[in-house]
Amino acid sequence: MADAPAGAALAERGAPPPQDGRDRGRRGRRRTLAQRRGRTGLWLMSPTLVIVLALVLAPLLWSVLIAFQDLRLIRVGQAGLTDPLTLDNLERVLLSDALLESLRTTLVYTVGSTAVAVGVGLVAALALRRPFRGRGLVRAAMLLPYIAPVVAVTFVWRTMLNPEFGVVNVWGQRFLGWDDPVAFLSQARGELSLLGLDVPVPTALLTVVVFEGWRYFPFAFLFLLARLQALPADVEEAARVDGATPLQTFRHIVLPQLLPVIAVLVVLRSIWTFNEFDDIFLLTGGAAGTGVASVRVYELLTVQRNVGAAAAQSLVLAAVLVVLVSLYLWLLRRRGEDPL
Amino acid sequence: MSRDRVETAVLRVARPVVVAGLLLATLLPFAYMLLLSARPIAELLRDPGDVLVGLGELTLSGYREVLTPVDEGGQGFVDLLANSAVVAAATVVVALLVAVPGAYAVARLPFVGRRQVSALFLGVYLLPAIVMAIPLFVLLSRLQLRGSLVGLVLVYVAQTVPVAIYMLRNYFTTVPESVEEAALVDGLGTLGVVRRIVLPLALPSVLATGLFVAVIAWNEFLFALLFLVEDRSRWTVSLGLAQLSGSIEVPTTVLMAGSVVITVPVVVVFLLLERFLTEGLTGGAEK
Repeated sequence: MADAPAGAALAERGAPPPQDGRDRGRRGRRRTLAQRRGRTGLWLMSPTLVIVLALVLAPLLWSVLIAFQDLRLIRVGQAGLTDPLTLDNLERVLLSDALLESLRTTLVYTVGSTAVAVGVGLVAALALRRPFRGRGLVRAAMLLPYIAPVVAVTFVWRTMLNPEFGVVNVWGQRFLGWDDPVAFLSQARGELSLLGLDVPVPTALLTVVVFEGWRYFPFAFLFLLARLQALPADVEEAARVDGATPLQTFRHIVLPQLLPVIAVLVVLRSIWTFNEFDDIFLLTGGAAGTGVASVRVYELLTVQRNVGAAAAQSLVLAAVLVVLVSLYLWLLRRRGEDPL
Repeated sequence: MSRDRVETAVLRVARPVVVAGLLLATLLPFAYMLLLSARPIAELLRDPGDVLVGLGELTLSGYREVLTPVDEGGQGFVDLLANSAVVAAATVVVALLVAVPGAYAVARLPFVGRRQVSALFLGVYLLPAIVMAIPLFVLLSRLQLRGSLVGLVLVYVAQTVPVAIYMLRNYFTTVPESVEEAALVDGLGTLGVVRRIVLPLALPSVLATGLFVAVIAWNEFLFALLFLVEDRSRWTVSLGLAQLSGSIEVPTTVLMAGSVVITVPVVVVFLLLERFLTEGLTGGAEK
């Protein structure tokens, strides 16, 4: 095995193990180092695989089955794989008016939240690009919304926006001249006076979009800052020397280099926002025009006690997810990058 | 004044303004949380807009009430904190035991189906909790593990292992291969290399990954709600705070004290690890 290190090095780079298929019968006992390392890899991987297969993939497949069965919460302890199949759940979910309504709400929520989160994240990353005193602290502080417990931050927001004693409404009336407190989280439609026109606004939906942007801009900020700090400086310097203004430099030099990361962030945030449950459930409970699809899954399960219908509704979500994930992988491939 | 000079001047002013605005937006809710947790509820209702509280008015009674056991008239958060700590610790131990070897395999070993396995993990990582919630709810009901912390830990491990593997893989690939190859030539086996070379070199990052998993388990809400809601003695802190914030009996200031209590550990862990986490999460972004 004089060539062991070289073989190992080849193997480490993911090269296929040397094929000696034809004489494997005669020399099958003696595996190459690469093959042995490959076997070790499988062994090391197996606990993870077992857990993921047992607790993610198998339940997921079962979920598809449940969507076609008549399963009520009361009988959930005796759910069987062989219960008769039915299309009632899908019919119920797909033909209900609530589905379209909830998908539309989810879409508005997803597009709005993603735009706010990625947009603010980009501005924050640009503002923190150059070193200044205390930058490390500022960066750490900006990540707080993303890592703090969701239950705690939603509760603080609910209190701040409370119409009776929330600081936002108190100050709004005191300093900004609001006539009445705004019920940010329980009002489906409000009127906003702009230049003498009364514009109807979906108050609660807007509020949860702003919250979502606040909670997740740090995620976008983190990735965009990492990318910004890895950009080569010379191209920008050359552009400045050639007389490009700061904004032109950003528009023509920096932004094109950030676009791939922005695209991936938009897809990732869309995937997660589309299926976001905690934030909306804790802020509004899905009331006041914020009934997104994930909250509907929960309601079908706990309020209507219909496990089958809830599974069917979550299948609809999963289908949208598959589309978004395919888009994500396609984006990564277009970048010429191997996502795996 | 050329356009260049105008833009430069405007940006010079705008940058600190933007930074200050963002700082205010991120920190204000946390400041408000701290402030309310130390105000008597009567004071808050009498003068809700008064943010600069007189120091004489501050009280720790909210904290006392939130931490006092239920049978003594408090909210019993100490028990909930213990539940959360047990769940988080168990999740970290199991997740790391599983993810460290798995991450090394993904980083270095050419096993059959490596790409498919990576794809699978990416899929699990992107899979939203709400889609998993229904089948796991049914599964744990069938196994009679609903309402037990063991079931919750299993679910958390399955949810966090892909993230842990992704982060660990980013760290492991920074260990120089030449060191590993030298150890192999010197007669160490693969496991020996992991134990004696890779782990010691990557130990801080492994700890960071573990604490990141702990934070995820500590913060998690949906599965805790679905599996534990029937039995108050098993509630985690996140679930407890959510359940109590819906009730009218518990004063807001007391629950703010509860919010501070569950947020502080997360923030402390995060500030200790911020650099590692940032590197581990954005490992692929510099390309």
